[in-house]
Amino acid sequence: MAKIKKKVKTIKVDADKCNGCRGCELVCSAYHSSPKYSTINPARSRIQIIRHPLKDIWLPVFAGEYAPAECMGRDVYTIDGKEYDECTFCRAACPSRDIFKEPDSGLPLKCDMCESDPPLEKPKCVEWCLNDVLTYEEREEEVEEGVEMEEVEVGLKSMINKYGMQNILDTVNRISQKQ
Amino acid sequence: MRYAETGYNLEIDLATGNIERVETDPKVMETHLGGLGTSVKLHWDRVGPEVKPFDDENMLIFSSGVLNATPAFSANRTVVTFVSPESDLLAYPMMGGFWSAELKYAGYDKVILRNKSPKWVYVWINNDKVELRDASHLVGKGALETQDLIRRELNQPNAQVAAIGIAGENRCFTASIEQGRSSASRLGGGAVLGDKKVKAVAVRGTKDINLARGEEFMKHMMDMMKYINFRNENPIPDVMTILSGIGSPQEMVHTDEQWHTENFMWGNARTRRRGFWSKEISEEWPKVQKEGIKRLISCMNCPQHCGALISYKDTPRYMAKCFGKLTYAMAAYVDNMEFAWKTLQRATEYGLDSFSTPQIIAFGIELYEAGILTDKDFEGAPNDKEGRFIWLLDRVARREGIGDVLADGVYRAARKIGNGAEQFDHNTIKKHEQLPLKLGTLDPLYYLMYSTNEKISITQIEGNWPQSAFATMEQRENFVKDWPQLPDESWKQWLLEWDQRGEKAIPFYPTPEICSEIVDWMEMLHNIDDACCVCAGMSSFCLKPPYHIHNYPKIISSATGLDLDEGSLKKIVNRSRNLHRAFNNRRGMARVDEKPPADHWKRRWPELEENLLSTYYKFKGWDQNGIPTKERLHELDLDYVAEDLEKRGILKDGQD
Ligand code: SF4
Ligand code: SF4
Ligand code: SF4
Repeated sequence: MAKIKKKVKTIKVDADKCNGCRGCELVCSAYHSSPKYSTINPARSRIQIIRHPLKDIWLPVFAGEYAPAECMGRDVYTIDGKEYDECTFCRAACPSRDIFKEPDSGLPLKCDMCESDPPLEKPKCVEWCLNDVLTYEEREEEVEEGVEMEEVEVGLKSMINKYGMQNILDTVNRISQKQ
Repeated sequence: MRYAETGYNLEIDLATGNIERVETDPKVMETHLGGLGTSVKLHWDRVGPEVKPFDDENMLIFSSGVLNATPAFSANRTVVTFVSPESDLLAYPMMGGFWSAELKYAGYDKVILRNKSPKWVYVWINNDKVELRDASHLVGKGALETQDLIRRELNQPNAQVAAIGIAGENRCFTASIEQGRSSASRLGGGAVLGDKKVKAVAVRGTKDINLARGEEFMKHMMDMMKYINFRNENPIPDVMTILSGIGSPQEMVHTDEQWHTENFMWGNARTRRRGFWSKEISEEWPKVQKEGIKRLISCMNCPQHCGALISYKDTPRYMAKCFGKLTYAMAAYVDNMEFAWKTLQRATEYGLDSFSTPQIIAFGIELYEAGILTDKDFEGAPNDKEGRFIWLLDRVARREGIGDVLADGVYRAARKIGNGAEQFDHNTIKKHEQLPLKLGTLDPLYYLMYSTNEKISITQIEGNWPQSAFATMEQRENFVKDWPQLPDESWKQWLLEWDQRGEKAIPFYPTPEICSEIVDWMEMLHNIDDACCVCAGMSSFCLKPPYHIHNYPKIISSATGLDLDEGSLKKIVNRSRNLHRAFNNRRGMARVDEKPPADHWKRRWPELEENLLSTYYKFKGWDQNGIPTKERLHELDLDYVAEDLEKRGILKDGQD
């Protein structure tokens, strides 16, 4: 496969500095609402603060790839004497749990680094965090050309998994006839 | 569509278990905004003056404000309202944290609790699903412990839980409602909740909150962000460290406590210990403070660090904020920060207000030392200071023996004990314990704030005006140079002229007229915060704050869609403020109750004080008994209130 140049965007997380304010969750959900900033709902945010205050866990986690099925292998962490449930720190929008899914439709959420045209100077959550927990970096990297799943595709795949291919095809057909 | 608010309240009848989701009238936002404002209206409409604090009819309301759950910085207060068992007036302690935003995401602005549950329950609000769940297994558990137990049993790590400890279960008059790092502490909300047999209210919400003009709103917030950064990088010079920044007092961050320990009183608001902050102490206390602090934390959407996760040696972990760090050690005369961390943990799990409670215990110990309480009352108490203090704290929380008497607060306990105990009640206003401060010369601004505000707690009345005059003209000029928060440029002159000595110093300057303007302005700012549920630490309680009268109308308007300017916003909060006063007047509060403790200042000017009060009442549109006049009430569209007060003979014609 051919090699192409790709911009890699990284948000560095200095979790020790996080004061747990959840401002990042608010602003992410506001930015991605439509029209922009019309609604707020941290449950729709693509960053979530995993909080276990008495155990000193305040961990910003970004929504990663959509996982069509639960993982076979699971991890259980013990930190500071507390054992965390399986999957506590995972980034995936996965059938096993509610995090990183639209609360009403159940569609998966994924951090898109606030892609926009024209591009923002930095992602919204990074801008909003006044505690320097989140820092944004960009670099170029050579990668193998691959198929990147666009948002529509990710959404559709999850719907197909949930309702079955035939159902989705029938529904799309029906809607398109109505229009 | 409703903007900023959800438009629904949750009405819960605890006696029958009936739960209703009730749509609210959008007009009420136009007239009372939200938060404290709309809660006061509900209390006025439903709770008559005959209702006693532990009657079924004493409603307790958990309320969010109009800006909670939006990206408005530091808009995270939950205001709890109820008739207080201590003051017998409408109390409104607030807590920061994360609870009120969660409530709005669940789809409600308020939770209104009526009547009493026959058995212990907790309320579980999960979006549309609301239930009363058995709490018998939680009885006796700590306030913090309960929060985690509930999250675990519901398997809802993101639920926000407000809970009481055993002090609330036992209806101690200083019982708090605890929530994570925050608490609604003053005036016994925990006791009223306990009386209703509600151990906790847990909430989880995943719904949207709408903004009327989101883009515009966010522009205001981006401006505010710049200013917050600026203020965090540029503390105000020439004032005490604790006053130089923004946010609630940064007690977890600051370790230099010379000012508090040497200027506040120790024991039962009794002794000032100049020179306490010795070399040894100034090394030891900061060391222990830092050892205890595992992480600095904030409330919802706030960049500050007012709270901390405390993990001190083998003391179970807890969260703390503010002056609670010092109150127990100072009340107990214990020169040991370790005692402070340990006792605060115990008191937090008990669910006790860390301002009032230490004073109650210090009061008890003083009575014992004076021979008014006896060995019989203290039977079984250890002999050392630390041990005895903790022993009494335990008795108060459990209402055992003498603790049962003290748990009613200093004012009532003094009268119950008698035998001269009343003389030791020297730090209450309207039956409520005050900060342990005793000063020299009467301060006219503080005189008015202490006397007249419904909050009865100075830290939540004062704020935007400097606490004292600057020494030099240079400092004054420097201070007024950038002060856009002021309502009017001309006010700068008052600060420039304000001296530390001579004619233009306290008690005669600022004059009663100027004092009235300043105090009214500061109070109005608090009332806006309380309707929006914005933290006073970022607004009315600090010098040169991010929120002020000039940006507030724009922020609220873009969030709610209300058409607002400074005048109309001021009118709305004045309406709520006067309704609140009328509620308390209806319960008997009047001029005779409006006075700071006799020994609050050493040097008093009785005539000036009367003049101050009279001038201020007039300024406020109140009669000389402190009751809003018919004209004032009419201006505020509160004719129905005037009518009620007249009918009861509280407002008399032509008397002002
Ligand atoms: S980068 Fe943008 S999309 Fe990703 S979490 Fe932050 S605000 Fe949300
Ligand atoms: S905004 Fe920053 S400090 Fe606040 S929760 Fe997010 S990462 Fe933590
Ligand atoms: S300033 Fe402090 S108390 Fe106020 S909201 Fe922020 S963290 Fe909470």
